[in-house]
Amino acid sequence: MMRFLLLFSRQGKLRLQKWYTPMSDREKKKIIRDMTTAVLARQPRTCNFLHWKDLKIIYKRYASLYFCLAIENHENELLALEVIHRYVELLDRYFGNVCELDIIFNFEKAYFILDEFLMGGEIQETSKQIVNRSIEASDMLQETMEEYMSKPAF
Amino acid sequence: MSDVVEKTLTALPSLLSFDSQPGAAKLSSTSKLASLIRGITELTSKHEEEKLIQQELVAIKDQVSSPNTSMRQMKELMVRAIYCEMLGYEASFCYIHAIKLAQQGTALDKRVGYLAVALFLHESHELLLLLVNTVLKDLQSTNLIEVCMALTIVSQLFPKDMIPAILPLVEEKLTHPKEIIRRKAVLALYKFYLIAPNQVQHIHNKFRKALCDKDPGVMTASLHIYLQMIKENPEGYKDLTGSFVTILKQVVGGKLPMDYNYHSVPSPWLQIQLLRILSLLGKDDQSSSEIMYEVLDESLRRAEMNHNITYAILYECVKCIYTIHPKDELLEKAAKCIGNFILSPKINLKYIGLKALTYVVQQDPKLALQHQMTIIECLDHPDLIIKRETLELLFRITNGKNVTVIVEKLLDFLRTSKDDYTTIDLMGKVAEVAEKYAPDNKWFIATMNTVFSLGGDLMQPDIPNNFLKLISEGFDDGEQDRMLRLFAVDSYVSLLQGEPEKLPQRFLQVISWVLGEYSHLREDLEPATVVRLLAHVLDLKQASSETKSWVLLAMTKLCEGEAAMSVLQGVSETYSSSMDTVLRQRAQELQNLHLNPELWARVLPRDAFTEPLEVDSSLSFLDGYVSEALAAGAAPYKSPHQRQEELAQAKAVSMEPYGLSLPISMSLSSLDGRQSPTLLSMSSGLSGDSTDHSHKAGTTTLKLDKVKRVWGREGYLAQRESAVVEVPSPVHSADQIEEVGISQDPTPPPVADQEKQQLASSLFVGLGSQTSSSLMGKSEPKHQRLRKKAKDPVSSSEISKQTSNSIFPPPISVDNLLCNSNMDPKKSLPSCTQMTESSQGSAAANGTCAAEGEFTEGDVQGPEPSLFRDNRLTIAGSCETEEPVGMKDLCLTSYLPADCIGANHSEFTPLCSSHGVHLSACHVHKDDTLVLLVFISNSSNSDVHQFIVQVDSGDVEVSCLSESPVEELRCHHVEVCQYSLTAKRPSVHLEVSGLVSFNMPDRTPQTTHFSYKLPLPSFIRPLELSTEEYGTMWLAFSHDTKQNLTLVADVQDSLRATLDVLERKLHLHVVAIIGMEGIVACRLLPDQPCLMHCRVHGGTLAVWLRSPVPDLPDCLLYHCQRALQEV
Repeated sequence: MMRFLLLFSRQGKLRLQKWYTPMSDREKKKIIRDMTTAVLARQPRTCNFLHWKDLKIIYKRYASLYFCLAIENHENELLALEVIHRYVELLDRYFGNVCELDIIFNFEKAYFILDEFLMGGEIQETSKQIVNRSIEASDMLQETMEEYMSKPAF
Repeated sequence: MSDVVEKTLTALPSLLSFDSQPGAAKLSSTSKLASLIRGITELTSKHEEEKLIQQELVAIKDQVSSPNTSMRQMKELMVRAIYCEMLGYEASFCYIHAIKLAQQGTALDKRVGYLAVALFLHESHELLLLLVNTVLKDLQSTNLIEVCMALTIVSQLFPKDMIPAILPLVEEKLTHPKEIIRRKAVLALYKFYLIAPNQVQHIHNKFRKALCDKDPGVMTASLHIYLQMIKENPEGYKDLTGSFVTILKQVVGGKLPMDYNYHSVPSPWLQIQLLRILSLLGKDDQSSSEIMYEVLDESLRRAEMNHNITYAILYECVKCIYTIHPKDELLEKAAKCIGNFILSPKINLKYIGLKALTYVVQQDPKLALQHQMTIIECLDHPDLIIKRETLELLFRITNGKNVTVIVEKLLDFLRTSKDDYTTIDLMGKVAEVAEKYAPDNKWFIATMNTVFSLGGDLMQPDIPNNFLKLISEGFDDGEQDRMLRLFAVDSYVSLLQGEPEKLPQRFLQVISWVLGEYSHLREDLEPATVVRLLAHVLDLKQASSETKSWVLLAMTKLCEGEAAMSVLQGVSETYSSSMDTVLRQRAQELQNLHLNPELWARVLPRDAFTEPLEVDSSLSFLDGYVSEALAAGAAPYKSPHQRQEELAQAKAVSMEPYGLSLPISMSLSSLDGRQSPTLLSMSSGLSGDSTDHSHKAGTTTLKLDKVKRVWGREGYLAQRESAVVEVPSPVHSADQIEEVGISQDPTPPPVADQEKQQLASSLFVGLGSQTSSSLMGKSEPKHQRLRKKAKDPVSSSEISKQTSNSIFPPPISVDNLLCNSNMDPKKSLPSCTQMTESSQGSAAANGTCAAEGEFTEGDVQGPEPSLFRDNRLTIAGSCETEEPVGMKDLCLTSYLPADCIGANHSEFTPLCSSHGVHLSACHVHKDDTLVLLVFISNSSNSDVHQFIVQVDSGDVEVSCLSESPVEELRCHHVEVCQYSLTAKRPSVHLEVSGLVSFNMPDRTPQTTHFSYKLPLPSFIRPLELSTEEYGTMWLAFSHDTKQNLTLVADVQDSLRATLDVLERKLHLHVVAIIGMEGIVACRLLPDQPCLMHCRVHGGTLAVWLRSPVPDLPDCLLYHCQRALQEV
């Protein structure tokens, strides 16, 4: 089971956080601090895994953005790397050639996409097409609603 | 106007994102967010950022609380608040508005509202209660997207006690026509299963339907639940092995739709999930494993592509192959796979290879030999993570021959490690292998010294504790023990002469204890020298007061000789005026004892450490004092646990509005069968005081029986206590140790030159084919040079867990037993309530006295079968009262203690047998206790001696009823031990585990473990109440569970019939039946009440259970289901 997912920039700025187990705000802050320092301090040509307490931290850098996923010790690290990659693929498909700015300015969309992909710390849907379809479905609604709502404003 | 500006600004961020592709996705959510973000990026200092955000938060606060803010604007404000929170600034004023947005907004706003709620709140946040109605409404919405949102939030946030409110609706979604809803419902139920398995117990058959779902997504989702369930009970799902294999075959064969492929690998996540399930099913099961071989081979063969995802599958395959019943051909292929991983230049693969190797060396240590050179290289890898993983592998292959080299490597890493968690972890490992495989005393002491100084005060306290225990208990060879202690004393004296200020506190404590206890062994060492060294420690600035009290204690032991006296005099004077009361007491003790040498010799006898010390754990010597205090009007003692409970009860009152309003709001939302029982007849009880019953909830006895005193006045006490209780474990005979000590003498030569070959030969010694694989991590007693008693209970519980499956009576038969043992509630109830009262009365006065009082009462009454019902007999006569009648007669019934004959007893269950000694057990239901009878029969032709039976449990309070323990068991003789059991905390099944040890006629010690499982209903007794009492109690209890149960069909009064079944099978008491509703009460021994309200609705029985005890409603509900299923 996945415990949390963090996205942060090369400067250590948090871009997205998702927690799959209950945690206090203090713990969260400590973890975010620990993760950014530990991951950013990694040398090139080292493996993409880290130990943190009894968890495994899997991280991968895409351009200027670090994706950092915590899994339980007995889980499969390589698979976790692919979970990150699949999420990036989904973001890419949605935003079209995704970059860090897309995620900064539309972070709530990034959350919605994540919620369609992972649920309760497990993979919810492995088919890319189906995930995309469900994201689009709720987006369609969003657009029509937006149009509808904006009318009386003028 | 502002809206127009907003509109134009909306376009900006899409320009900012440097992307030409237009479309919905590119529209930034809000312009204000964009300007905020831009504002922040332009700032240079943290201080400026803080100022800006505070401004922003003030602005948001103003707007959210304004009544004119539309939901749409609210949505935008929420997004900004989320952003501020992400930057680490609190925006708690928004939380309530987030909930409002989720509640009132249109689908589009709702989505942001739910997202904000998920990010802002946590499981135990009080505002979460306000979300329940919204979720209920959305779950019933016709809009798919709203249902999806509700299911997502439910799986993310909902705590255990809120699940019952929404469970039926989520359950309903399992049959929804849309696969996305079914999939999300399955995952939500998976989450529920993880946090409250009992609550979803009744939908297991629906999970099967999900497994057979035509949509692959739903099927994949259901595997999460199956993996979890199979992990807990592999036996129950063996029948599905074939199905899982077929699914895997189809997946591997590419039968799934193309869009499930990931980088042209067919559904890798599904494959891995299936492989995990298969490895659980095939573990220790040859016939199941045989079904899998073919598909595993296929998986290995197909996973050829050079991509991470195929490696992930391969890794999972390898693990599976090494977990299930072995097949040579597959093992060979898996080993080759591991080789490929380890030799790969890709560092991630190397890591996985090491991890796989660590896993498999436990089965096949020789594999490590093949890769020794690579392992050595990894040991010097620049990446610490790889190094760390290699050490993990080395730890697994440690044996008596390579221990010195491996420990050295571990310590090297420890010296450079900066991470506390790693340090603690490695420290434990070093201590473990050092204790297990130490080649000689000197090495052991030196290694432990390094551990103590490196570990500092991070170390787990059990490491120094175990170490001191080992030193004080030693092993059976007196000379060896002496040598070990001497080494320790020598090394500590020189350490203290060096730089004691650099030593951590824990280490100083260990040092002072050892010096106090054993420095006299070194005859040429003046006590005065030691005392002076210790006095120096006292003067250290960094010495904590805990350390100082250890030092003072050590000094107290060293009151000998003129020179020492003068130093001690000074010390005791300094500290007898210390501000620290503990230190002052120690100083006083020191002063008084050294003035009175006789008393000193009696209080601190030398070398008496291993002699048994009688510990009066019930503190009965204080009885007089207690009763005096009580007579003088002092409040009776309440255990911390009890006080906590009462506090929780007091708090629970504030939860009541929710408890009451929830059902009402639910009936508003046209939910079936969920009306509040408060509508029944006890609505008048609204004002009832809730504290009343909480006082009754626990008797006020001093529950000290199980309290362990580890640290006492003399320092570490555990070994003394254990000497009383603990069983002489199989100890190596003296010559064995001698032999080990000598034969292991040729330790690997010191690796002076860093020649890798040499390192390899010293690391991997003992892994070759000539030595058996049992040398490996699995501890072989012969090589376990220093025995560790402290870890024994752990391993024993593991053993009992392993064996328990075969030992337990099948649950069904247990339930049947319950049917037989039904008691007549009408007759037994008066006595049981009386009993509760009387025991409370006496218990209030003094716990231990009460027990004794009843005991004698029981003896006077004499054994008579009818006693059980008529008299309030808690404790039966001792086992000595009955003599075995027929030597050869193994019918255990004849050995039943006299007072148990009339009572209903369960079937006799064989527990274990060893060397002609057989153990069986049964339990007897009595009004206010559950008696466990353990029958020990000796069918061999010789007597056994030093017979000790210990029964213990985490769930159950065990007290022995036998007057004196069985010590000798003559041949063809049967002895009975009686234990009275009460549940500490409810659980579906409560387990009692035990340990039997005895000496064979030839003096060889034997130890066997057993365990015995009791279903919860054995601990349930009827509770007689009036309807009014029921009403007041109902309101006072905070833990509840609701569920629909099946009614007993084909009878006229189905409610009556159903309740009769429950009354008969589970010993519940039916308080009243009014129309279509009934109220039932019971108690968990000794006196934890649980109330049940039932209502017939649409052919099912809606039950609602409440109790002050967490988990009790859940567990009882489980048994109600079982009881009704069997009808």
